[in-house]
Amino acid sequence: MSSDTSSAQAIGAVEGVSLYDVENPAPYIEAPRKRTGKTPRSTRGNFEMAAWLFMRLSGIVLVVLVIGHLLIQLVLDGGVTKIGFAFVAGRWASPFWQVWDLLMLWLAMLHGSNGLRTVINDYAERPGTRLWLKGLLYTATVFTILLGTLVIFTFDPNIR
Amino acid sequence: MATPTLSKTDAMEAAAAASPFITVTFRIRRFNPEISDEAQWQDFQIEIDPKERVLDGLHKIKWDLDGTLTFRRSCAHGICGSDAMRINGKNRLACKTLIKDINPEKPITIEAIKGLTVMKDLVVDMEPFFQAYRDVMPFLVTTGNEPTRERLQSAEDRERFDDTTKCILCAACTSSCPVFWNDGQYFGPAAIVNAHRFIFDSRDEAGEQRLEILNDKDGVWRCRTTFNCTDACPRGIEVTKAIQEVKRALITRRF
Ligand code: HEM
Ligand code: SF4
Ligand code: FES
Repeated sequence: MSSDTSSAQAIGAVEGVSLYDVENPAPYIEAPRKRTGKTPRSTRGNFEMAAWLFMRLSGIVLVVLVIGHLLIQLVLDGGVTKIGFAFVAGRWASPFWQVWDLLMLWLAMLHGSNGLRTVINDYAERPGTRLWLKGLLYTATVFTILLGTLVIFTFDPNIR
Repeated sequence: MATPTLSKTDAMEAAAAASPFITVTFRIRRFNPEISDEAQWQDFQIEIDPKERVLDGLHKIKWDLDGTLTFRRSCAHGICGSDAMRINGKNRLACKTLIKDINPEKPITIEAIKGLTVMKDLVVDMEPFFQAYRDVMPFLVTTGNEPTRERLQSAEDRERFDDTTKCILCAACTSSCPVFWNDGQYFGPAAIVNAHRFIFDSRDEAGEQRLEILNDKDGVWRCRTTFNCTDACPRGIEVTKAIQEVKRALITRRF
């Protein structure tokens, strides 16, 4: 699309002869996913409301979990330099930190995935693109949550 | 001898007082499918009193300079809602925007509102917008026999939805919403405002039904609280607040 700001004459064929005239007008640039009398089809159910509520509630809990996490990992007790196998093993010896990390894993993953789901709904215009992107997103989410959970529960400090 | 003479600046001021006109550049996004498939910016220089409105400038252009300039307007007084357009990047009514208020030293850009199909110059296809409006049932629904006299309502009950009765369906809000730009299936703020108008009306009995319509995947939950709609509304309706009240009513089912 041209966006030149010349104060030339009315729009017209800038170079050569125009392709379009009264009989043969240019196609309109349709708005993406235009609403019609038939779309959107109603689906019922409260999923979107639940997702919306979940974003606010998990967000509130994440504030505590994430800020606490960042403080402990990066600020207190000498900052990042202290992090090592021993440090992680020490914390996961306590059920409290196991639950903390498990909760943070699940909430952050579900929160982040749901956020990306809305982003995909917003920007991916073709149904096929939406399907593929969401498929990829859900696969990655399930994989990460399961792997993380597995590690938290089966972590062995005496490995090797 | 001290003859009273006017200094140069005084003379200019006197001239300015005599003629209130200034030269303003209107930079308008033109589109005519019968000529080209591309839209283009076109500049017009006009002499106009800055206390006039953008609509007056458009009239001057259409009547004196270029009759092909196409835009909608009807009442010219902020009532009919037909001349919402994107002026200096913000959705406003041309008939309610004074030229002096939008920095006439620089070119004033004027485009069609976004998110709806441009048909010619500043005219867009409003059909999807009105479809969303129709879809929320913007009319009184009651059961039982009609009363013989008017349906009474207390002043407080009337006050509850007063703000949303002011809507003139100009589409400034809906076409300022980034969610609507990307996905026209979203109901958009204007439809929600007009649903709010009836949901919170004590005389109406279809509130539950309208809530259910807006609970769907393209309903209120797509709103991201951007506040563009509230900023755009030429009627000063607190659009985002109205949407939020519908969300709350959906969660508590009290309205
Ligand atoms: C620190 C506490 C957090 C709070 C209070 C919070 C809050 C929120 C809220 C309320 C939304 C919904 C916005 C809307 O629908 O308008 C949101 C969206 C989102 N959040 Fe969080 N969040 C937090 C942490 C996180 C974390 C850790 C992640 C990444 C794993 C994340 C990723 C996202 C994404 C991707 C979105 C969607 C963005 C969008 O809608 O444009 N958030 N967040
Ligand atoms: S709510 Fe305001 S901006 Fe939106 S259509 Fe109504 S009058 Fe126009
Ligand atoms: S022309 Fe009627 S609202 Fe502007």
